Amino acid sequence: MKPSNPDFRRSNVLGNIRKSFDNSDKAKSDRFAAVDARIRAQRPNVVPARASGDAKALLALFITQAEQASATTARVDDPNDLPQAVLAYLTANALPPRLKAAPHAVLENIAWSKQPSLDMTFGATLGDDEAALSVAFSGVAETGTLVLHSGPESPTTLNFLPDHHLVVLRTSVLAGTYEAAWSALRNAGNGAMPRTVNWVTGPSRSGDIDQTLLMGAHGPRSLHILILDDKKTI
Amino acid sequence: MQVTSRSFVANAKKGLADANLQTALARLSTGFPMARLAAIDRMPEFERLRDDAVAIKDHTLANLDAYLERYEEKVIESGGHVHWAADGQQARDIVLQICRDAGARTVTKGKSMITEEAGINEHLEANGIEPIETDLGEYIIQLRDEPPSHIIAPAIHLSKEQVADTFVAEHTDFAPDRDLTDPRTLLEEARAILRRKFIAADVGITGANMLIAETGTSVIVTNEGNGDLTQTLPKTHIVVASIEKVVPTLEDATTILRVLARSATGQEMAVYNTFSTGPRRPDDLDGPENYHVVILDNGRSDMLGGEFNDMLRCIKCSACINHCPVYKAVGGHAYGWCYSGPMGAVLVPGLLGLAEAHDLPQASSFCGRCEDVCPMRIPLPRMLRAWRTKSYEQGLGSKTSRAGLGVWAYFARRPLLYRPLMRLGVAALAALGAFRGRGRFSWLPLAGGWTTSRDLPVPEGRTFVEQWKRGQR
Amino acid sequence: MAEQPPIDRPTPPHVGLFATCLVDLMRPSVGFATARLLEAAGCRVSVPESQTCCGQPAYNAGDATDARAIALNTLAAFEAFDYVVAPSGSCAAMIRVHYPRLFADDPEILQRIQALGKKTYELTSFLKDIMDTVEINANFNGKATYHDACSGLREMAVKEQPRALLGDVEGLELVEAAESEACCGFGGLFSVKYPDISTKMVSDKTDVLIATGADMVLGGDLGCLMNIAGRLKRRGSTLEVRHVAEVLADMTADVPPIAGKDKA
Repeated sequence: MKPSNPDFRRSNVLGNIRKSFDNSDKAKSDRFAAVDARIRAQRPNVVPARASGDAKALLALFITQAEQASATTARVDDPNDLPQAVLAYLTANALPPRLKAAPHAVLENIAWSKQPSLDMTFGATLGDDEAALSVAFSGVAETGTLVLHSGPESPTTLNFLPDHHLVVLRTSVLAGTYEAAWSALRNAGNGAMPRTVNWVTGPSRSGDIDQTLLMGAHGPRSLHILILDDKKTI
Repeated sequence: MQVTSRSFVANAKKGLADANLQTALARLSTGFPMARLAAIDRMPEFERLRDDAVAIKDHTLANLDAYLERYEEKVIESGGHVHWAADGQQARDIVLQICRDAGARTVTKGKSMITEEAGINEHLEANGIEPIETDLGEYIIQLRDEPPSHIIAPAIHLSKEQVADTFVAEHTDFAPDRDLTDPRTLLEEARAILRRKFIAADVGITGANMLIAETGTSVIVTNEGNGDLTQTLPKTHIVVASIEKVVPTLEDATTILRVLARSATGQEMAVYNTFSTGPRRPDDLDGPENYHVVILDNGRSDMLGGEFNDMLRCIKCSACINHCPVYKAVGGHAYGWCYSGPMGAVLVPGLLGLAEAHDLPQASSFCGRCEDVCPMRIPLPRMLRAWRTKSYEQGLGSKTSRAGLGVWAYFARRPLLYRPLMRLGVAALAALGAFRGRGRFSWLPLAGGWTTSRDLPVPEGRTFVEQWKRGQR
Repeated sequence: MAEQPPIDRPTPPHVGLFATCLVDLMRPSVGFATARLLEAAGCRVSVPESQTCCGQPAYNAGDATDARAIALNTLAAFEAFDYVVAPSGSCAAMIRVHYPRLFADDPEILQRIQALGKKTYELTSFLKDIMDTVEINANFNGKATYHDACSGLREMAVKEQPRALLGDVEGLELVEAAESEACCGFGGLFSVKYPDISTKMVSDKTDVLIATGADMVLGGDLGCLMNIAGRLKRRGSTLEVRHVAEVLADMTADVPPIAGKDKA
């Protein structure tokens, strides 16, 4: 087999790795059994105590942590208040009243026409949109992190191309820890992962120039989290 | 990238004399450590997280073949392709082929040390494909044709004035007299230019901080979001990762992420932690159509189960570099390749050979701070010493030093000879010192290494053991 | 570093004083100060004549063969004592932490080496952690700052003990230097193999020491102290340097500071 043959390369690399191991049938099968068992178990390691507490405590923690990471937050009591909350943000930031939004069920049943000045289109972005609105799959109070993933209702490009990223986080999907968020994702996808899962903690930044921290390196300059109280608890 | 590890001493001298570099190093060597301490302070479980992270990696390394096979199965199941490369040459060939198949003209790159190690950029350029680094620091050094000087902050050796000069020289579409004194203007300029490149790229290449066996997932960690734009916009996403990057489950990846940013920059989490599995799904609205993972060995399998096994636990956080007094003195370019500081001093001799990188493990005072701060508890000084032992066995290094040490050891093993010889030597030196009259030497033959910059105390004149024996107090 | 198990203490404990080659050859007064402190703490002190060096220079240069031979010499000289005490964190660490690694392949010797290591201590840690009833009767009028030598700090957990003991010295005001735990750049042969880098490190260290406004720098390792003193003198500083044992044993009048005293 030629060295350029992919199968050769594969068995070559795996063979070199196996040189350090016992490769008797029993030992090999034990290794695979141990590996499969651990993968199946999906056992959490130590989980920080910080993100435990009731829904109210978790929400307070989430907000503190997210703001610590330079995100901004706003409370929204009802889905139909979202248009106003979005417009308020755009106005406050001297942005045109234009938005590319995720075609998410949470957003599609809202009366956006209540704010006729707001120009909404739904879908992925090609880079011309200054502001985008997404719906988070989950939030993690531990570090004020949003969990977003790719899908027909949630284009990933909205998370990275626009200058301003607004994200709706429903209190019903706010988790304390990453472990809880992973469980929720596994359940939602019937075990299949989406193409992309993003943990987003604050807006994009870089300290690469003179060790000076600046927001908006390539991703959004601003992350604004609209916390929608849908009154269920996780 | 041209390797200059052989010239460590000359490189180091340059670094010591570079005022811009010294300013940058002084800042990073206080900034990052303080931020790390503050982050650890806010995480009472930090030590247990470290223990768990170590256990995860140790378990994975002990079952590495099985984990890689399970990982591969999952990648294929999700519609991705897995390629295996024994060395940099094979990795280059594979990446080039994928880029050619994609008809690529330009390729964007997320920050990836393994692609530097494997020489991917040069290979693409030599074959008419333009690689564009998108991490801000990597972009800047790509413009300057310099290697990175730090594994997470590649341009840390540069002042903003130097960056401005580079932008003026290379971004010729802009007015040459524009004001670039504010770092914000530099950022905006780079952002605008790279935005066009992100969108135009045919292929995006990233590394992977981890590969998750449970789901066939690659993980990247950035603060800028450049890795995400690199891997989301083009039609083809290539991941290049070395064999030891695999971890068992999402939970295990999470534990490692909990210690990663805290150890690196003192952030609780990096801004973007992204988990990618296969190409876009049929009803996705964006994402690449093709997903390739190149799994590269390049010497790691040789480290398994041996003296350097624990180095495979490294998660490339840079804590060791940020706390190293030698790195602080000389900077990253001194090490001559893409890996610097203590982790570089351990890895580079293994990857390039001791003859090439001989000085790296020698240039350490063994202060041990690196091991203290390594989230993966890698015994770095022990490994540096292991390289020194190999060097000694192979007869590398200064012959004079070796001879001198040999003489010392000869006598130190033989107390009956040691005592009278030391008595004579000490008395002679003390007499010479008394003659000079100041209690110290500012110069001594054979002691140039010391006396060029330091005075040498004069010995008291009689040895302690002898005085004690004679009942003198 | 793990806590040492409590050792059944016969009274008075018989201590083998491991002088260290630097103290033995360059500054015996540290050895005498050490002996005085050990005796004041109630120990019987012996100084085996066959001791030479702990073997660090060979070990750190990668010469395991010579390091092993030197280690066996140390073992032979000190095996019989109740405790082995060294006025040096790095030499004590060499014996306790590193000797076992040299004999990993020889179970019989390894056992003896490990037993030796278990009873080997750096001086201030021995006085405070083991002989904790020690009384310090010393005077020192002035400000002092303490340099934490790397091996002592990271391998032998020496940090609070010297400071606690110095707290009992009449008239002494202890001030902390910024970066007291930063390496001084000695590192044994590193200081002469990579002198430019070592000089940078000791320059940074002497900057922070001078900035404390202290009259004196103290530490537990003579190699570091010689390095620091040598650089201070070359810089024209009048900041004095001594081994902490000299101050604790009230022997500062007996011998000039390291690298001599300049006339005012």
